[in-house]
Amino acid sequence: MNSGNRKQYDVVIIGAGVVGNAIARELSRYKINVAVMEKEMDVGMGTSSRNSGVIHSGINYKPGTWRAKMDVLGNSMMEKLCDELKVKIDYIGKLTVAQEEVDKQTIYDLKTQGEANGVPGLEILSSEQMQKKQPGVGGLEALYSPSTGIISPYGLTISLAENALQNGVQYYLRSEVCSITKLEHGFTVQIKNGESFDTKIVINAAGLYSDQIAKLVGLNEFKIYPCRGEYYILDKRLQGTLSILVYPAPHKGKAGLGIHLTNTVDGNILIGPSDEYIEQKDDVACTADIMKKLQEEGHELLPGLLTSDFIRGFSGLRAKQNPPEIGGFKDFVIESRKDVPGFINLVGLESPGLTSSPAIAITVRDMVKEIMPLQENKEFIATRKGEAMHFYEKSPEEKADLIAKDPNYGEIVCRCEQITKKEVLDAIQNPLHAKTLVGIKYRARAMMGRCQGGFCTPRIVRILEEEFGYKPEDYLLKSSSSPLFVGYMREGGEQ
Amino acid sequence: MNHSKKQVVIIGGGPAGLAAAIAAKKSGCTDVLLIERDFILGGILNQCIHDGFGLHEFKEALSGPEYADRFIKEFHSLGIEVMTGTIVLSMNADRVIDVSTRGTYKRIQADAIVLGMGCRERTAGAISLPGTRPSGVFTAGSAQNFMNLQNIMVGKQVVVLGSGDIGLIMARRMTLEGAKVEAVFEILPYSSGLPRNIQQCLNDYEIPLFLKYSVIDIHGKDRITGVTVAEIGADRNPLENTKRFVPCDTLLLSVGLIPENELSRSAGVKIYPKTSGAFVDETYMTSIPGIFACGNVLHVHDLVDHVSAESYLAGRFASEYALGQCKPSKKEIPIETGKGIRYVLPQKISGEKDFVLSMRVVDPSRNQTVMVKCGENIIAKKKMVRLHPAEMIRMDIKAEKIGNATRLEVSVE
Repeated sequence: MNSGNRKQYDVVIIGAGVVGNAIARELSRYKINVAVMEKEMDVGMGTSSRNSGVIHSGINYKPGTWRAKMDVLGNSMMEKLCDELKVKIDYIGKLTVAQEEVDKQTIYDLKTQGEANGVPGLEILSSEQMQKKQPGVGGLEALYSPSTGIISPYGLTISLAENALQNGVQYYLRSEVCSITKLEHGFTVQIKNGESFDTKIVINAAGLYSDQIAKLVGLNEFKIYPCRGEYYILDKRLQGTLSILVYPAPHKGKAGLGIHLTNTVDGNILIGPSDEYIEQKDDVACTADIMKKLQEEGHELLPGLLTSDFIRGFSGLRAKQNPPEIGGFKDFVIESRKDVPGFINLVGLESPGLTSSPAIAITVRDMVKEIMPLQENKEFIATRKGEAMHFYEKSPEEKADLIAKDPNYGEIVCRCEQITKKEVLDAIQNPLHAKTLVGIKYRARAMMGRCQGGFCTPRIVRILEEEFGYKPEDYLLKSSSSPLFVGYMREGGEQ
Repeated sequence: MNHSKKQVVIIGGGPAGLAAAIAAKKSGCTDVLLIERDFILGGILNQCIHDGFGLHEFKEALSGPEYADRFIKEFHSLGIEVMTGTIVLSMNADRVIDVSTRGTYKRIQADAIVLGMGCRERTAGAISLPGTRPSGVFTAGSAQNFMNLQNIMVGKQVVVLGSGDIGLIMARRMTLEGAKVEAVFEILPYSSGLPRNIQQCLNDYEIPLFLKYSVIDIHGKDRITGVTVAEIGADRNPLENTKRFVPCDTLLLSVGLIPENELSRSAGVKIYPKTSGAFVDETYMTSIPGIFACGNVLHVHDLVDHVSAESYLAGRFASEYALGQCKPSKKEIPIETGKGIRYVLPQKISGEKDFVLSMRVVDPSRNQTVMVKCGENIIAKKKMVRLHPAEMIRMDIKAEKIGNATRLEVSVE
């Protein structure tokens, strides 16, 4: 194969989810050439943006496993990381509640296990003590874990990528890897449009598709079973109802941690997730039966909940290694393959993948270091450009100042979430050049409120037309085959 | 920060806000300010290019923009102050509002406020539509905005879910623009749109309407490719043998309108669950003194003419309040819904003023009488040939008829 005009990289990361981006950002601290290949039109379009957004404490994992080590380490790294990247995080803590006598032993065992993993501050709370943390919560006793937090999962994923990009990592969106050829030293990675890249190291961070990527280098022992979790997002009207996360004590053999309420850093509450093994790795539909069940659970968990409080359903897929008949959890695969030198393989990074991502990044960095020398990049900038808070979260005085500085802050585009034109423009002009409406939504938070874009989508469409010259055919929801419109209604009648 | 004071602030520059502002000014308030978040006045009327507006108000059939224009002209001729491109970020019970506009953040103290923010469309999420989340799913009103205001065609093969008026209007509109409208599916046993729209928008174009039907699944990962529809049984579950796939590239939703009361709630305005609008007295004053509401933010109307009529009154009362001309009444007479009535408005009165009673019925029926009673005493009645939930009923009630009534109940007999 002629490698004459192919781009040369030291490391190619496959998959721009939270793990791939965390690795990319970590490696951008060193003087090496790193590229990220992503099949979607934007980063974080898979599991990374479709989950509960919880930073787990580490009580749920067997001591000595990757999941335990990565989670506890990742949790401890997250605060500083979020500070640098300007990502919202809130360590609100969690109660794991024993509803019945049998659950009590479960939470005691979780405490012992958590302590063995190095989880700080664990306490067993009586029913009265629980009430102080979260009035109205029922149950006999609860395990309190103060280091559990909430985070914007897409916020973290996008920020990691933007910071990696800022530090020299190349991002290839709409670039699905279709073959990997082993060379004497390294690999040639080919993407679907025919373009190829030479690289010394390949990192498989392909999430749900990690088994298929492993297969491309001849590793056939992996299989991912997608397990869907459906959620409901509740209206911000309920903001403040929950001050802490409340989970039921886990029951053996379940694929998830049970249906529960989760506050989001943006002020909504999530109900979910369900767990259901499905066939296809991109089947993120919501189903009538589970939506009904979640509604019932919601009404039970939150008395006073109105039907109008359910603003949207969504679902995400867990990358399970165990088939449905076995269920439960299997440990992460994090390995530098000796039989395929230069191939760093990450498989089955389901929960707590989000929490673990910074820890996995430094683990993978050490694996890279064993393959090639890493020399520090003195120009590395740890801080991401951009604003940490949304306009709507600021005080009236700060708002007045912002508007005085940039008039676009004065123009509210999304009325439900009070997202300004400035924030929408920033999202449109994102450094990764992601060009979809979902990309704007995840960055600016416009279209995420109770009217689900009914009001602001027409305004965003107008901004894209007036300021960026979009034609009706140019608007895409999330992928190249998801056009919003069919064209002008009257030819020559464009405004 | 910029601070100012106003006698009456009107929030919203659609039909409700325009009429309220005009009435407030004409009733003697010199210092009236109207705030509109869009860049032009007229609200949703601007995208309603079909006709049928103004039959009551002007005795002629106007298009939405023409109807709005009559009010906008009068509004400007009265020299009323207006801020467009401006949104109210917050409002409190002391009638202090914070507004944001290009380049300016302002705090305004108002003597009276009229809420005229209108309503929003219920979404796919709000009705818990199962299935995927592809492109091509629009609320009927956003599709109307894209087509009528932005010259953008949203699709070629259309299914409409819900038979609200905007859905019916859009079924016709898309047909006229060359799209194939497969059908309209309505979960209720009757249409939620006006009978005249069923005739003029569906029947005249041979678009089938399936009652007791709903969309039970959405297909397509990227752009919508079709929907599964089914008849919905009495237990609200789909009937298995009626399930069928309807191919489409566009799904329009016309499944209800929700008064936009988040701002009202944040000021502590009490909401009447049956309308999702404010709880008001016969002067359209909400539970917060000096805050009034009218139009679709108060209750969803079927005719804009009624919005205007109601808003004139609300604007006048707001002006009287701001000028200190209305004395608080000693009496409080609740008005309640009886048999066959979905909601009434106002929900309480002083009994000292003539007022307009608005209501909707629960089910369609014929040859019935709407009764307003106190115990067995008949205060007012109205014989109706046809009663339909889609058509709001309005009755003028005279104060002298109320007498010593302590509680009124409205029912269909």
